Amino acid sequence: MSTATNHTEYNYKVVRQFAIMTVIWGIVGMAVGVFIAAELVFPDLSAGIPWLSFGRLRPLHTNAVIFAFGGCALFATSYYVVQRTCQAPLISNALAAFTFWGWQLVIVAAAITLPLGITTSKEYAELEWPIDILITVVWVCYAIVFFGTIMKRRTKHIYVANWFYGAFIITIALLHIINNMEIPVTLWKSYSAYAGAQDAMIQWWYGHNAVGFFLTAGFLGMMYYFVPKQAGRPVYSYRLSIVHFWALIAIYIWAGPHHLHYTALPDWAQTLGMVMSLILLAPSWGGMINGMMTLSGAWHKLQTDPILRFLVVSLSFYGMSTFEGPMMSIKTVNALSHYTDWTIGHVHSGALGWVAMISIGAVYHLIPRLFGKEKMYSTDLINVHFWLATIGTVLYIASMWVNGIMQGLMWRAVHKDGTLMYSFVESVAASEFGYIVRTIGGLFFLTGMFFMAYNTWRTVSESDPEQVRAAAQMA
Amino acid sequence: MIDINTLRGLATVFAMIAFLAVCFWAYSSKRKKQFDEAANLPFMDEFASPNSANQELKHHE
Repeated sequence: MSTATNHTEYNYKVVRQFAIMTVIWGIVGMAVGVFIAAELVFPDLSAGIPWLSFGRLRPLHTNAVIFAFGGCALFATSYYVVQRTCQAPLISNALAAFTFWGWQLVIVAAAITLPLGITTSKEYAELEWPIDILITVVWVCYAIVFFGTIMKRRTKHIYVANWFYGAFIITIALLHIINNMEIPVTLWKSYSAYAGAQDAMIQWWYGHNAVGFFLTAGFLGMMYYFVPKQAGRPVYSYRLSIVHFWALIAIYIWAGPHHLHYTALPDWAQTLGMVMSLILLAPSWGGMINGMMTLSGAWHKLQTDPILRFLVVSLSFYGMSTFEGPMMSIKTVNALSHYTDWTIGHVHSGALGWVAMISIGAVYHLIPRLFGKEKMYSTDLINVHFWLATIGTVLYIASMWVNGIMQGLMWRAVHKDGTLMYSFVESVAASEFGYIVRTIGGLFFLTGMFFMAYNTWRTVSESDPEQVRAAAQMA
Repeated sequence: MIDINTLRGLATVFAMIAFLAVCFWAYSSKRKKQFDEAANLPFMDEFASPNSANQELKHHE
């Protein structure tokens, strides 16, 4: 692989590194997910080893799939898209390399500290303060590289995908810094600077916007480049994409309180969160329709192109989960769904169906281009992966719907005299079948990732350094 | 002295105006040409050099 870069060459090295690590961290994060899913079926699976207990591995799973797998996919695609659509190489190869190694260090630190039980206990912000500082430094460098490259662009316009990536980078910096304001007491222990309902509100302002800006805006950036590119036609409506952008970022930031229905949070804040979540359906579907309609006149390509199939099915799941989300944010629906497996099912319809599938499609698009090959080693294996991923996702979310609604109904069922009809443990016992189906669904999805790793390895090993260098040449 | 409900009403009106402004801006016929240019940015590299153009065309056709 070439390391020397100059102004006639794109920096593909950092894109290659992040793309490969997307596949590897995907396997690691999803394997941990399957393991903890199996723990709910076989409670003794951890064999009494505290590092393997559900409570410690669950944050490892979420951090690994969101920030390691999803994060690497976002770094890889944003660095690629910004260079291609600005017709300019990254402004600094050294800073870009720092973001790669810094981000890997964050992931390794998470993989060590979380099983040891070192946690701030804030969901999706579990990492302790020294790692938080490292994340901040890496993120600022990421912003410098990304926006610096946009400033040095050789094109007149800033393509819409870069707007979404840019909003994602800025907002994540803001969310991360504000939610992780904490007072260190030792090297590995800190306490939040906020207290009570304020702490909860700031946590879920962060938590929901991790969904809105990390798992949505960033991946919409991916969608606006890779769907048109793979379909071979420009986005359905560029004007709609502008309205989509401003509406989405203006509304998402208010939706967090729906995580705190029927809590100590003031009622008006809960209602505000609910209403904003309902309005969010409009920009979400605007974006989904824009992506889908890009294929009008090119639907036949779906028959032969499993990469395009990944991208389009991801949009279907995006549409489905962004309908489900607003419905679940309605207080009366939330009274049934909250704290049940329905929430887990909803998250995975977004995480597996939308985020993972669009990332997988984008990486399959990227790998041959980065390594100077015409296409992936095997298109058939991509197709196998597609079906494994789709069936796995459907099994996962269907079993969690059934479990969630059943749990919600059992918990609220009362006798005539007002006493509870079921004890909590009865609802756990009734959930066992759903947990088995969920584990199988996860196993399907994970198996697909192994096919991807094999396919990627064969594609990369067939490439020679000359092809790799030629691929990065600028026009 | 501004009442909290007046403030809420004004905020709603402001959000509505902002939304309509974005819509008018985006759908103004003056900007059609530049948006069409922007929409084609992902494809401008395909015909920039013979090599990359061939590669892309082979892939899409």
